[in-house]
Amino acid sequence: MNIENIDRRRFLQLGLLSSSGVLVGSLYAFSNREVKKEFKTYDDLRHYDWGYVVDTTRCIGCGSCVRACKIENNVPDTFFRTWVERYEINKNDVVRVDSPNGALESFQNNNFEKDVEKAFFVPKLCNHCINSACTQVCPVGASFHSPDGVVLIDKEHCVGCGYCVQACPYGCRYIDPVKGTADKCTLCYHRIQHGEAPACVNACPRNARIFGNLKDPKSKIRKILHQRRYGLLKPDLGTNPKCYYIGLDREVK
Amino acid sequence: MESFNGFVFPNELHITWTVMIVLYPYITGMVAGAFIVSSFYHVFGMEKLKPIAKYALVSSFAFLCFATVPLLNHLGRPTRAFNILLTPNFNSAMSGFGFVYMTYMVIVVLEIWFSYREEFIKRYHQSDGIVKFIYSIIILRNTNVNENTHKYDKKMIVFLGGLGIPIACILHGYVGFLFGSIKANLWWSTPLMFIIFIFSAIVSGLAVLIFLYLFVHWRRKLKINQDSIDLMSKWLWGFMIIAVTLELMEILSISYERTEKWAILQHLINGKLKVSYLYLQIGLFSIGPFILLSITTLYKRLNVNFRNFLIWLSSGMLLLQVLFMRWNVVIGGQLVSKSMRGFTEYFPGFMDREGLIVSFLLILTPFILLRAFDKLFPFFDKEQALNK
Repeated sequence: MNIENIDRRRFLQLGLLSSSGVLVGSLYAFSNREVKKEFKTYDDLRHYDWGYVVDTTRCIGCGSCVRACKIENNVPDTFFRTWVERYEINKNDVVRVDSPNGALESFQNNNFEKDVEKAFFVPKLCNHCINSACTQVCPVGASFHSPDGVVLIDKEHCVGCGYCVQACPYGCRYIDPVKGTADKCTLCYHRIQHGEAPACVNACPRNARIFGNLKDPKSKIRKILHQRRYGLLKPDLGTNPKCYYIGLDREVK
Repeated sequence: MESFNGFVFPNELHITWTVMIVLYPYITGMVAGAFIVSSFYHVFGMEKLKPIAKYALVSSFAFLCFATVPLLNHLGRPTRAFNILLTPNFNSAMSGFGFVYMTYMVIVVLEIWFSYREEFIKRYHQSDGIVKFIYSIIILRNTNVNENTHKYDKKMIVFLGGLGIPIACILHGYVGFLFGSIKANLWWSTPLMFIIFIFSAIVSGLAVLIFLYLFVHWRRKLKINQDSIDLMSKWLWGFMIIAVTLELMEILSISYERTEKWAILQHLINGKLKVSYLYLQIGLFSIGPFILLSITTLYKRLNVNFRNFLIWLSSGMLLLQVLFMRWNVVIGGQLVSKSMRGFTEYFPGFMDREGLIVSFLLILTPFILLRAFDKLFPFFDKEQALNK
């Protein structure tokens, strides 16, 4: 159909129909948006159990995740929700570990001048343990497990006693010097609620950080956990972490 | 494989529990210890300790009034402190704190009230004006003093004292449990911790009572009740032996087991805590008082004044021993990295909110309060002391 063949009446009809279609459609869309739930209900959240995989064989220690986390969550200076550790083992089996400023500016110099036999990076973050020591010890119940398996802190309720900081075996918690309350990784709870990945997962250029729903049998994280061999940090403490480390070396604690 | 190189997790560069948390168990230790000493007479009927029973009770109260101040100073959000009573999480060892503390406070206040009721009534009759009014409120406008009320008061004191002993043990043993139950901390995590805390509490309680008693009597040139002091110094000797033995047994068992935690803890003992733990806590302030108290206890022919001086000196040293023990537990435990690969640094600073000057003032205030309490509840029987 050629546009020049359409007469004026037909053109107006088409215009009217299409614009009214847009109007009705947008009305429908707007009305739909108003009905749409901002927050998932408790039962909805029970369909999720967020887990995390760190592939230490892929991490290159660039520190993008640490920077992304700092910006996304306004983490105060010299405190870390996530950081990257570097392990270097030389020919004499001497182990050197460092994490200068949490690897915020990546790693500048080698620990050993020569003879480095083995070296690898290990990103760390809150393990969101199933039997978390930190939530057990919180005297006021400000630290809790969300229904979708994330360990969170109610900052309106926390008294800042620091008991949870002591109880966490992984050094993942700190007292926010400005707010005076405990703080830690939330898996970017404000992002994952809307289906987005945590900032560190987004920022990783090597896909060393994988995040997903452990309750979904088809999720990527479940596939990885079924196919690969992984380790946990300090499994003897019985905290049952939900942060799984692929290629975990015995030197990592 | 040599793997010791000084790595700490980035968040561990900051010490979370400062010198304030050192002071809290130190002060509650004296609270619990002094109360238990007062119960020696009130409940167990040790007549020789009668002259110090009231003094011990009031001291316990003076320390109790200030026990929470370091905690409030340390809290990140002190205005929310009452959350611990309003929304307690009973899975947490810390959540019972408010309840135990309040129960204990009620017991101590009631026991003091029953102990001093007759004294208050006497003062009510002697005073006039506003003071009389205040006393009338304190005695609840009840001026009955006779054989029956005396018996009843006595009965209540025995009951409260008996009830207070387990509560005092819970108050302090549970502070030890608070540390001992942290599995993440290699230096704290031991079931012995709360037993050590109870015994060190009794040591510090006895020590502070002897120290103050001798000091005040020397300053005021009052007659010292030698029987009480000798008995108390013997108790101090016995309890310090148990406390120090337990402290050493704990290290011995960690060392002998040679698990992976010993690999790092031996560097803690020989490194960061060498002076405060090995030289001061164990060396000077444990072995020193042990020798001095052995002399005063076993060698009877010692000149009385010299013996009292040695007892006074060793009780002062034991007060420092307990202070160092609290420091070495609370701070020492946090110096070890949870990565088991290194240590962090800590110095409280002088002028900081949680610094040394504030700590010093906080330790001093209960003593000033005790001085003021002496006016309100006279605990040294002055007439008796002067007549002797």
